Amino acid sequence: MKVQATDWLLLSPELFLTAAGMILLASSVFVGKAKEELFGFLSVLMLGITGVLLVFVSTMPERAHGPILGGMFVVDNFALFFKFLVLLAMVLTVLASVRFVGEAPYPGGEYYALVVFSGVGMFFMASGSNLISIYVALELMALASYVLAGYFKGEIKSTEAALKYFILGAFSSAVLLYGLSLVYGLGGKMGLADLARLYTGTQRTNAIALGILMILAGLLFKIAAVPFHLWTPDVYEGSPTPVTAFFSVGPKVAAYAIFARIFYVAFPKFQADWGLIVALVAAATMIWGNLAALLQTNVKRMFAYSSIAHAGYALLGVLGFQTKFGMWGVLVYLLAYTLMNFGAFALIIFLEAKGYAAESVSDFDGLAKRNMPAAVVMLLFLLSLAGIPPTAGFIGKYYLFTAAMDAGYAWLAIIAVLASAVSLFYYFRIAAAMFFTDGVSAKIPVSYALTAAVIICAVGTLVIGVAPESVLDVLHRCVPSKY
Amino acid sequence: MTITINHFLILSFLLFAIGFFGVLVRRNFLTVLMSIELMLNAVNINFIAFSRRLSDLTGQVFSVFVITIAAGEAAIGLALTISLFRQRKTLNVEEANTMKG
Repeated sequence: MKVQATDWLLLSPELFLTAAGMILLASSVFVGKAKEELFGFLSVLMLGITGVLLVFVSTMPERAHGPILGGMFVVDNFALFFKFLVLLAMVLTVLASVRFVGEAPYPGGEYYALVVFSGVGMFFMASGSNLISIYVALELMALASYVLAGYFKGEIKSTEAALKYFILGAFSSAVLLYGLSLVYGLGGKMGLADLARLYTGTQRTNAIALGILMILAGLLFKIAAVPFHLWTPDVYEGSPTPVTAFFSVGPKVAAYAIFARIFYVAFPKFQADWGLIVALVAAATMIWGNLAALLQTNVKRMFAYSSIAHAGYALLGVLGFQTKFGMWGVLVYLLAYTLMNFGAFALIIFLEAKGYAAESVSDFDGLAKRNMPAAVVMLLFLLSLAGIPPTAGFIGKYYLFTAAMDAGYAWLAIIAVLASAVSLFYYFRIAAAMFFTDGVSAKIPVSYALTAAVIICAVGTLVIGVAPESVLDVLHRCVPSKY
Repeated sequence: MTITINHFLILSFLLFAIGFFGVLVRRNFLTVLMSIELMLNAVNINFIAFSRRLSDLTGQVFSVFVITIAAGEAAIGLALTISLFRQRKTLNVEEANTMKG
């Protein structure tokens, strides 16, 4: 239990981000509604500095010394990948929020501060290597998210979304926590590496099985896998759209980080026990997510079910974690998913200008005539979400399906391919509405910040799709170490 | 009769089960909130009982964190209660059903 001075340097991005959130919160008292755009730019600036700090941390040789602060956190490549990804999601969220939050009659400083605090939680989740630090980080993220969901407190839908998110989130955390207490109680260890040494797979008691099962259930809630997905459509529909975009990538990605870390580092020997359950959940998630999305007329709900389905695909990589493409595939897919899913949501926000909400599919009618670039970019994101080359989504799916085949889950890979085929129908409903239907011809106001977010997503989706080698090599070095 | 760790574990399991079903069955938001607290406190009993049994302090440290987070959760839950009541004049969770599908 030694704490070195460099440990704090390794955590400098988190420390800076925490300070940034507090500064945003405090300064919101002094800045009026009229000058709120300042907060957006201030947040982007602070996130930029965090990015620089992350790059600095990634070059520090002290990272190789293993867990820091008495085994609480670990700053390996795997953690850094997730931190960069969460940072990307936060930057995109802030950019997409500037106009949206500016038009809303609520104080904006709090909004950006909450996004930052939620992001700090995700950063710590990516680094956590002890049950305590993982749980506290998870709750930090979740508590900020509940408030974000209910940010439009005068609107009944937003309050309802926050209410549902809160009840089910707190409920699933409690289930997860009970599982953690059982796992702790049987060996007295909290560190993930210690747990791996303790549970070598020979002692298969009901209590451990129950503990692992409850941890699994709690985490599947967070990544919104069937049958723990019931909160997702309502929360996604009711929350302010930039918040929905944030929820669909940020918390999901961070939950995958701890999911992978707990089951890859601490309980790999129990794969025989959790493998079948995760396989069945993945199958149910892919099938139900895509089928339910077919029935939706509300775009936000449709994308909620679509994101449920995508969580199912990524589970394939977790299942095949011992194969070459398993964890690698998860990383590639999460990066691709963040870019393409956020891009699609950014265009929904784009259409959601004052008095014109992009809530139903028919709101996309004739978008090609009104704003051709927007329609083309949306088509790119839809193609990528459906997994059609040459886009990032195709590369990600290719890796995941290969991992499932290699790990002996051929039946699951077949279900995944069929489910992706179903997803074409609802993605192309939007594409057809954009290009082949006539709609209103009202001009859509352009926000530069939002345009920047869309461009980042579009360029990322295309670059990973056309020249994947550039990214794949870097990601291969981020596959988690066993330390 | 001496009190062993099993008694604590059974107590905590029962409390957890009561909280679990309370969240699923009860319709009043305040009762749901209390049920969630019950689940968290059941976990605390578990941690402290294990900690005592193993002569290892980490479990008690964890329970202090859980208590802190439970306080934060209660604050947000009560804020939502007020927000819900202002809009609906009711605390019935089932009446919060504008969204379907």
